[in-house]
Amino acid sequence: MNSEPRFRMVLTTLVALILTVLPLPPWMDPARPAFLVLTVLYWSIAAPRAGGIALGWFGGLALDVFQGPVLGQHALALALITYIFVREHQKIRSKPAFQQALIVFAAIVIYEFIVFAIDGWSGHPITSSARWLHSVTSAMIWPFAAAFLTHRYGRSS
Amino acid sequence: MAAFGTGARQLQGRGGSPGFRFTLYALLSIVIMFLDERSHWLENARYFLQAAAYPVQLAVSSPSAAWSWLQESLATRDELRKENNRLRAQQRAIEIRSMRFDALQKENAELRGLKEALPAVAERWEVAEVVDVELNSLRQRVLLNRGTSNGVFKGQAVMDEKGLLGQTLHVGPWSSEVILITDPEHAVPVQIERNGLRTIAVGAGDTASLALPYLPANADVKTGDLLMTSGLGGVFPAGYPVARITEVHHDAVQPLAQVRAAPLARIDLDREAVLVWFRPDHPAAPGTATMSDSKTGNARIQPLPAPPRAVTAPAAGTAPAAGTGAEARTSANAGASGSKSTAAAKPSPAAKPTPSPTTHAAVPPRESGASASEAAGTPRAERPQTPRSEPPRSKPTETGASPTATEGAKSPAAAAVPPSPEPAAPPKPSPAATPPPEQQ
Repeated sequence: MNSEPRFRMVLTTLVALILTVLPLPPWMDPARPAFLVLTVLYWSIAAPRAGGIALGWFGGLALDVFQGPVLGQHALALALITYIFVREHQKIRSKPAFQQALIVFAAIVIYEFIVFAIDGWSGHPITSSARWLHSVTSAMIWPFAAAFLTHRYGRSS
Repeated sequence: MAAFGTGARQLQGRGGSPGFRFTLYALLSIVIMFLDERSHWLENARYFLQAAAYPVQLAVSSPSAAWSWLQESLATRDELRKENNRLRAQQRAIEIRSMRFDALQKENAELRGLKEALPAVAERWEVAEVVDVELNSLRQRVLLNRGTSNGVFKGQAVMDEKGLLGQTLHVGPWSSEVILITDPEHAVPVQIERNGLRTIAVGAGDTASLALPYLPANADVKTGDLLMTSGLGGVFPAGYPVARITEVHHDAVQPLAQVRAAPLARIDLDREAVLVWFRPDHPAAPGTATMSDSKTGNARIQPLPAPPRAVTAPAAGTAPAAGTGAEARTSANAGASGSKSTAAAKPSPAAKPTPSPTTHAAVPPRESGASASEAAGTPRAERPQTPRSEPPRSKPTETGASPTATEGAKSPAAAAVPPSPEPAAPPKPSPAATPPPEQQ
């Protein structure tokens, strides 16, 4: 029972990773929702035991390989917000979708801030405001992503 | 559902409480970041990770690859014939243009006083396919389907048939990530073809433009000027076309001109790129340092305390490097490639009266020692210019960028073995501006 949801978890995370690194036209790129973050957050409130921080960390590390200037940058940021979500998963799960979206928005802003801070620390500061845009689109897409994942993968164990 | 309904205590599974696990992972990522950023120990790990990521990148690029394949295979006969004709015409033009190349090369060598013409700088090149493209305002990267198994190394020049594209940044076994010249973290030392003025072209974050932030307001730049690599960075040899100036703004208040250039390489259209290997013992080569040093990585620790730079008497410029022995690597490097070229270029001091720019360019550091004394004042006088010509805002763009830093670190080495075909221009803000990245 334990391995099966884990498999789905890894599969969906992998798909989300691919969606995150998929090349998009430049004008669309800043608005691309953070699919990986959304998926990891979903799993950390839906199955905090199975996935959680480890999933977030490894997902973030994988993202680093694809697009991080420094290894471990996204891993740290994603591990932090997964930690928050795992800790508070009961409270977050019981909220209506709209409030969840707001929480996700806050989480992604934190995430992006950490990435931004590490960017600055490691000497690749990118101060364009476009980098914050995806937190809005991610929050907007959250209810749909959560519903989709629940419909397809959740609640069957 | 049982797992869902329980509190945080239930979460204490194998890994301890979430807080504990988070601390663990956070520490781990901080350690990784530190290792990756400060002391390039993770090059090997990166190598394997890149290998692991390659299938995913292939999968990601497959839709667009399939689309272009489909387009290609559906191209009509008529279109193919048209293209064929065009290519044939183009080839004829190139052949005719290169007909006198050998003769000109020999003549050039004679003028410079060399016994025999040197072979071309580019020794070998290989066409690689672009597998994955990342073109946004933050990162301008492409992934090529060639890696160490094809002999690709870090910091290798990548071009297309129109001009310079970028350089390899992370090399995996079968793939390599290329940082494009338009990446905001990339800077390439360039030279204006018309007058030899040197500066640095920094990526602006879109495929259509480069910024030249270090040109003084009174610099002689015009729209339409061609920018070529100056060969100073240590990555690209001199004389390869990079970009064309598109706009020049002289603002009376600003000490620096605002200049933009459009890269010649068709960065957003390319599906293929050319990886170039340069002859390491060629005087115009980007420097053997490039290859040996990039293996050991840490470009940031190697920068020299005193970059060798001269201005009016170029021969003198190289001298201090050998003289002060600024750094073991430089002198060793200069010795390695310098001594070889010494043999080739021996007659050059005798030929001094010939157009001095060309002459001095070929003079290896050793020989310039003689003239160093009389011109010793020049570098001194020129040195203070360094901070002036480099505005504080250069820092953000140029800082940690590893390619930039790499270039910076190598610039002195490359400067000690200067590229032969380029004329040295008296105004040289860029050599002064090149070093800053290495200070970081």
